[in-house]
Amino acid sequence: MTLNKFKIFISSIIILTFVSTAAKSTEECFENVSRSVFKFNMVVDELILEPIAKGYNKLPKPLKQGTGNFTSNISTLLSIPNSLLQGDLKQFGHSTGSVLVNSTLGVLGFFNPAEKMGLKANKEDLGQTLGTYGVGPGCYLVLPVLGPSTARDSFGLIADTFIDPFAHITIRENKLFGISGNDLDYYSVKGTTAVDFRSKNIKNFESLEQNSIDLYSSLKSIYLQDRENKIQNSKSDQDDWGNLDN
Amino acid sequence: MKKLSIFLITFVFFLFSNLYAFSSDPKEFVTELVGEAINKLSDKNLTEDEKAKFIEIIALENVDIKALGMYTLGELRKSAEKKEIEKYQIAFEKYFLKSLTSRLSDYSSSKFEVIESDKKSAKYTIIKSKIIPADGGPEIKIDWRIYTKDPEKPLIRDLIVEGLSLARTQKEEFSSILNSNNNDINLLIKKLDEFVKKSNN
Repeated sequence: MTLNKFKIFISSIIILTFVSTAAKSTEECFENVSRSVFKFNMVVDELILEPIAKGYNKLPKPLKQGTGNFTSNISTLLSIPNSLLQGDLKQFGHSTGSVLVNSTLGVLGFFNPAEKMGLKANKEDLGQTLGTYGVGPGCYLVLPVLGPSTARDSFGLIADTFIDPFAHITIRENKLFGISGNDLDYYSVKGTTAVDFRSKNIKNFESLEQNSIDLYSSLKSIYLQDRENKIQNSKSDQDDWGNLDN
Repeated sequence: MKKLSIFLITFVFFLFSNLYAFSSDPKEFVTELVGEAINKLSDKNLTEDEKAKFIEIIALENVDIKALGMYTLGELRKSAEKKEIEKYQIAFEKYFLKSLTSRLSDYSSSKFEVIESDKKSAKYTIIKSKIIPADGGPEIKIDWRIYTKDPEKPLIRDLIVEGLSLARTQKEEFSSILNSNNNDINLLIKKLDEFVKKSNN
């Protein structure tokens, strides 16, 4: 076992320790640490990510759209094994079809003809797959640079690199249909995905920042609601209003 | 003279509350309300203060701010003293109106469309809608939780933007503040007051 694989194995064990299959609400296990990491991430965002995202927003619209389509097509690769693991054959078909159509007719994914053909590929990852198996989120935590997460989703993040075809040919240095890449390719695509996401949410984030009394908690709530929705592949329709009658 | 003043005040109040009276059908209610809001917010002849005043009037009349305040207080609403709750409600209303003005101005140049109505119970109807931003950005799905206990007077209780409930986000934010401060409602009230003061400056 190489040192890297050993580190991954140990990290996975530690993370799994905090994953509870019975957890219904997400508890903070190390809130002080998470809040410190959050502050660090905010500085990174202010100094690096936000300025790049603002610059990216000044690019011509077709270029931005093409870049967004390209990174989205690559991240759909991860949805293929995860849809299969979830036993969702319909979504498996949509993801596979979408990648095949966009990578060929869509010129390496810069265009999105798959959507016009009715192929709707949801983004699926191992955290969501574990969620569909009934694994609870476990502890809520904030990862350096990567942001909000839970024990289950952090474990999924690591494990995803073993089943993601794109990670397989880049950071795992394997070949797939004669295609291979390197670490730089992997991290460049992930970085661009982050910039694309941030650029689409400049206004939303500013509004949240302006109107929150505790931004850390607001982002935690938004992250957890979003993950719940993604696991259910729908928008939540919770009714916890009880008997609040006028 | 006193009677005349009372009459005039009542008349002005009546006039204002009826200026923004919308349909009692939840779907029509949302369509009319948002249409009116977009019209006013994109009106270049109105000053920012006038727009803010308009949002306040429309929100006080059509959003169930009292219930929203109680919901966001979570379990503490059951154990806090009546006087504290009253103080909290006043602070929450001011906070809500202030933050709403800031949030809504972002959508003033967007196109709005109601998609469908889903009656959940006698008390709640969910109105599904979408906003198409003027800058060509991706459309935003918004579900409106409408409280229909009084069928003649529907009230907005929550907005669910792309599956994210604003009320739940607010509740969890307040809950975090309360948990870190021994459930001290006065501290939460202080933070709400500070937010309003800061926004006024």
